[in-house]
Amino acid sequence: MQKTVKLRIKRQDGPNQPSYWEDFAIAWQPHMNVVAALMEIQKHPVTSDGKKVAPVVWECVCLEEVCGSCTMIINGKVRQSCSAMIDRIAPNGQTITLAPMTKFPVIRDLMVDRSKMFETLKRVHAWIDLDGSHELGPGPRQSQEDQETAYSLSRCMTCGCCLEACPQVNSSSSFIGPASISLVRFYNLHPSGSMHSDERLDAIMGDGGIEDCGKAQNCVEACPKEIPLVDSISEIGRDTTGRMLFGWLLK
Amino acid sequence: MGSDTSRARAESSKVRRVLVVGGGLAGLMTVVRLCEAGVPVDLVSLVPVKRSHSVCAQGGINASVNTKGEGDSPQVHLEETAYGGDFLANQPPVKGMCDAAPGIIYMLDRMGVPFNRTPEGLLDFRRFGGSLFHRTAFAGATTGQQLLYALDEQVRRWETVDVENERGERVAGEKMVRKYESWDFLSLVIDDEGICRGIVAQDLKTMSIRAFRGEAVCLATGGPGIVFGRSTNSVINTGTAASAAYQQGACYANGEFVQVHPTAIPGADKLRLISESVRGEGGRVWVPRDPREQRPGRDVPESAREYFLEEKYPGYGNLVPRDIASRELFRKCFHDKRGVYNTKRGANENEVYLDVTHLPQELLRKKLAGVLEIYEKFAGEDPYTNPMRVFPAVHYSMGGLWVDYEKSANGSLVMGSPRNQATNIPGLYAAGEVEYQYHGANRLGANSLLSCLWGGMVAGPAIAAYRNNVRRSSWDIPASVFEKAERRASGEFDAILGMDGDENAYALHQELAETMLVDCTIERHNAALDRVLEKVEEVAERTARIGVTDSAKGKTNQGAQYVRHVKNMVVLARVIAQGARNRDESRGAHFKPDFPQRNDADWQRTTLAFHQPAGSGVRESVRYERSFDYSLLGTSMHVTDEVDVSLVKPRARKYETAGAASAAAKVTPASAAPTGKS
Repeated sequence: MQKTVKLRIKRQDGPNQPSYWEDFAIAWQPHMNVVAALMEIQKHPVTSDGKKVAPVVWECVCLEEVCGSCTMIINGKVRQSCSAMIDRIAPNGQTITLAPMTKFPVIRDLMVDRSKMFETLKRVHAWIDLDGSHELGPGPRQSQEDQETAYSLSRCMTCGCCLEACPQVNSSSSFIGPASISLVRFYNLHPSGSMHSDERLDAIMGDGGIEDCGKAQNCVEACPKEIPLVDSISEIGRDTTGRMLFGWLLK
Repeated sequence: MGSDTSRARAESSKVRRVLVVGGGLAGLMTVVRLCEAGVPVDLVSLVPVKRSHSVCAQGGINASVNTKGEGDSPQVHLEETAYGGDFLANQPPVKGMCDAAPGIIYMLDRMGVPFNRTPEGLLDFRRFGGSLFHRTAFAGATTGQQLLYALDEQVRRWETVDVENERGERVAGEKMVRKYESWDFLSLVIDDEGICRGIVAQDLKTMSIRAFRGEAVCLATGGPGIVFGRSTNSVINTGTAASAAYQQGACYANGEFVQVHPTAIPGADKLRLISESVRGEGGRVWVPRDPREQRPGRDVPESAREYFLEEKYPGYGNLVPRDIASRELFRKCFHDKRGVYNTKRGANENEVYLDVTHLPQELLRKKLAGVLEIYEKFAGEDPYTNPMRVFPAVHYSMGGLWVDYEKSANGSLVMGSPRNQATNIPGLYAAGEVEYQYHGANRLGANSLLSCLWGGMVAGPAIAAYRNNVRRSSWDIPASVFEKAERRASGEFDAILGMDGDENAYALHQELAETMLVDCTIERHNAALDRVLEKVEEVAERTARIGVTDSAKGKTNQGAQYVRHVKNMVVLARVIAQGARNRDESRGAHFKPDFPQRNDADWQRTTLAFHQPAGSGVRESVRYERSFDYSLLGTSMHVTDEVDVSLVKPRARKYETAGAASAAAKVTPASAAPTGKS
């Protein structure tokens, strides 16, 4: 018998509209992931009870878990839909549930608006203050150890998993979330980035800043790139405390 | 020139912005260079720029910094790039790129890219295809992602900087960069004089359509890999913007040159790349000597393995250029039926082994973890202990929009010339994979990140020069020009929403893609290409009978958007297939078994394709030209299809011999490890 993949998808026709669930059944293929299953719905947008519907809307770009686009809640867990392999999440043909992330406004179906994460990167000064892109010779030397730490932090895709998993990120809080705090650590670690570390620390000391972290430690569990987010928060927490206590001495 | 328009503001006292379309590496670099030249930018991107396809680049970026004492130099880099590209690239821009490469790596390093380091804290370099030198800087195996993020952050910094007028005063409410993310490019706005004055784009959140004015437009919209369906490309790489510009008169060059990467893993939705850096670090390609070998790869002893690349090409081994490696893998699987034997199916799969299990775990973890993780997650097998199973996949387009350059006295580029990166439509520029300029008939690995950044570095000053010298600002062009373009685009979109035929756009695209994939990639036969061209026409006709699956108005509608992309892909498919049909020779990625030799006498020339719209009883077609004229800032430029090979004299490629690619420079690194057992 032809194997099928069963999907139960939370849908929403547009921003601020009510949501509803629809079921789909798709022919199984080898190497199939959730994205491939959604692509099959595009080719044949019919629910399992035979109703012709609009195809399911979701975001995807790279399909190899480096762009962060296709993040959604799959069987109750936030993750990228490209790396959610059907045979592993539903080995016995169980129904797979798909829902949009809850910490961001829904645009349509599984597509959400994560622009607030990019805005936060502006707030925390997440860049090196480059004199210019012209030739100025080699950059500063760095130890292999520092490079390894930096590399582990710089793989953040701004996917939103850590914000979704964090209980402190919710509709009644302005907490910026773990991702950007970890990037503060990344830029403060760089030899020339560290020349502006105070600016970054100041940026995360106000409203919605690092103080709002409730130390639930869900973030590090949810991160698909295994970024040491809890280490980053405690390290940057120490730095902000130091700046709070002794910063005035330097003024 | 330029006296009647001030630099910061036009007469109408509007800020004179430039439009950059596409937020991958090339687009972002163009933006940075424009901002540094004092030119404000509107950046329009199909996706949030941080999610652009540049993130997929894995292995690294080339620059002859020569930190390993091998005698490497930009001259050798130029020679190997020209040789690897089978002498189809104009060499002055390539020289400019290779000369600038070390400075580009240093710039990235200063931006905070976490490149791997040597014990002294210097940048580390590894080997890549088509070279014996350690020339490739890398950040683990996610180099493209790291580079894109660094540029993204620099552009974000410019988003916070105010525009200043010529007296150094802030212009209220105007920032140097304004981003329009999740906007789809629809068309150029071209005025009655044939000058590009802006674009029309669609907001994908609301589907509203509007025109943008720009003093110039730079397309940095990437390649068209999705024309071939499943490939190593991101789903957004449909080439829709390049196709639209081509249909509005832009010349498309060398479209038939499409790179197939030798090592990818199969998937239902995508063929995921396994970076060449895996071989650069010592990974080895092999098949079992016994075509019916039952044992799993890791249990097959050394003596029962055929390292076919090392045996046939002792000089470069596993690091022969991609066109050659892909053909050898294809031959092994398709013609010799020697792919990995599947005991369950009782047949040979189209797969060969790519093996890193002999390499130290520590090296793999530090230098290749990012790509091995992809294998582990998607193939479901541990590549640290099992040889990976891979097969070739469509990867990169050497062809693209034709762009110009101005040659300097030393054979390189005149920086700041408005001709650099200029298309034949005045005011329209292009940079990155969307254009054709740097890779000839076959791109060397780790040269694409470089050409994206270099293209942006060249495009920025070129566009600034154009903007500062153009006779009229886009603000002085009547609003009616923009309204007309907007109306046309809206009309086209409304027509799509009204399509109620029986064809599904996704299924139709898949059908076209399968044909392109089977008959227009590694091996090309004229009879098969004729069938491809028939298929293209058939699909083109059937696109008129598409039924749109989503009729939603005023909100995200991916189904309707995709119809437009499919139509544009069909047009590019015709350019690719017709170019392949015409070129009766074998050069780089373009291989015809019936014409196995390179034919410099007849074909050492650039393919220059123009769109010929349908007219009185005549079908839409591709018009090929040997030369053409275009006008830039009031001067007429004459262009021919001749290739400038003034710096490296063409010769036959011989990767069997170590050092053949760098023979003119007369340096071969002593450490060259031809078998990959480094």
